[in-house]
Amino acid sequence: MKLTAYIIPVVVAAVFVYGCYKKVDIFEEFLAGAAENIKVSFDILPALIILMTCIAMLNTSGAVAFMTNVFAPAVKALGFPPQCLPLTLLRPLSGSGALAVYEDIIANYHPDSFAGRVASVIMGSTETTFYTVAVYYGAAKVKNIRHTLICAVAADITGFVVSCTAVRLFMS
Amino acid sequence: MLLISAVLSLAFAVFKGEGEELTAAILSASENAVTLTFTLLGAMAFWGGVMRVAEKSGLIKKIGKLFRPLLKKLFKGIDENGEAFSAIVMNISANLMGLGNAATPLGIKAMKALSAEENARGTATGNMIMLVVLNTASLQLLPTTVATLRLSYGSKAPLDVLPSILFSAACALAAGVTLTLILNSLRGRKGEKE
Repeated sequence: MKLTAYIIPVVVAAVFVYGCYKKVDIFEEFLAGAAENIKVSFDILPALIILMTCIAMLNTSGAVAFMTNVFAPAVKALGFPPQCLPLTLLRPLSGSGALAVYEDIIANYHPDSFAGRVASVIMGSTETTFYTVAVYYGAAKVKNIRHTLICAVAADITGFVVSCTAVRLFMS
Repeated sequence: MLLISAVLSLAFAVFKGEGEELTAAILSASENAVTLTFTLLGAMAFWGGVMRVAEKSGLIKKIGKLFRPLLKKLFKGIDENGEAFSAIVMNISANLMGLGNAATPLGIKAMKALSAEENARGTATGNMIMLVVLNTASLQLLPTTVATLRLSYGSKAPLDVLPSILFSAACALAAGVTLTLILNSLRGRKGEKE
């Protein structure tokens, strides 16, 4: 029995049961939340179009392959799948950009392949660092960010390295 | 980025004589973006609905309470009953539930309140750095977007990566938080030791 197969049904049931118990109008609130996210999906579509065009251009022209080949020997020695390199470079910079690269990886290599799994773990365990820093400090009018980036990027790099190790440890 | 990729791609394509392929890629990429949006649209809407129910029923607040003691340890010298700390607690629990849209306004509110409480005057305090580092780490317990895309590309068990994701996210978070705590104490909470 795969325990992970029951996580989503359990979460959904638990949320609805608790909502009922607390006398929330489940149907109405569900619709409001769903509508909000549909709006967000379309809001990011223009950015997705331009980013996916950039990525498609860089991919088909061979620019990504060239760059990956340059770095491949080094990351291969570390046991990291070179196909995931573009994802690590884009992940801290752009959420929709990373999503586009991630989709590209699991479309070209199967989601259950080593590269597909590592890419999935990277997507699930890291965030859009630079954007978050800009938004939060922009709002609080912070100019001197001191050691923020060192700490945030250290977390990202740890995430990339551990993603690959974790897939090896837990999924072989 | 747009300019660099356009020029770089053109240069590579000319060099390799693959103009046709590059043209096709440019023409079909927008369609792929629309397809991707629609692939994710249903799941995005569904989880938006589920998490809104979780929010309205007070489940998110309840989860936040569980994390209060831990957060108190990370934010040194913060007023436990202040506006900043309660916004931080809500921001973190919204992140855990994958409520990105709800988390960002709460985080910004927390950041502004922290800045006022600690009289930051444009320089990030130790606690402000901690808040940003927590938000740049992935706290989401259930990676629904990753699961949806894996399923649509034929994964047999879309969530079998979950243990690896949580392990990797925990390590990344621990590294970021530890380094922040160390640098905060070495360099002073307000930068007075620099």
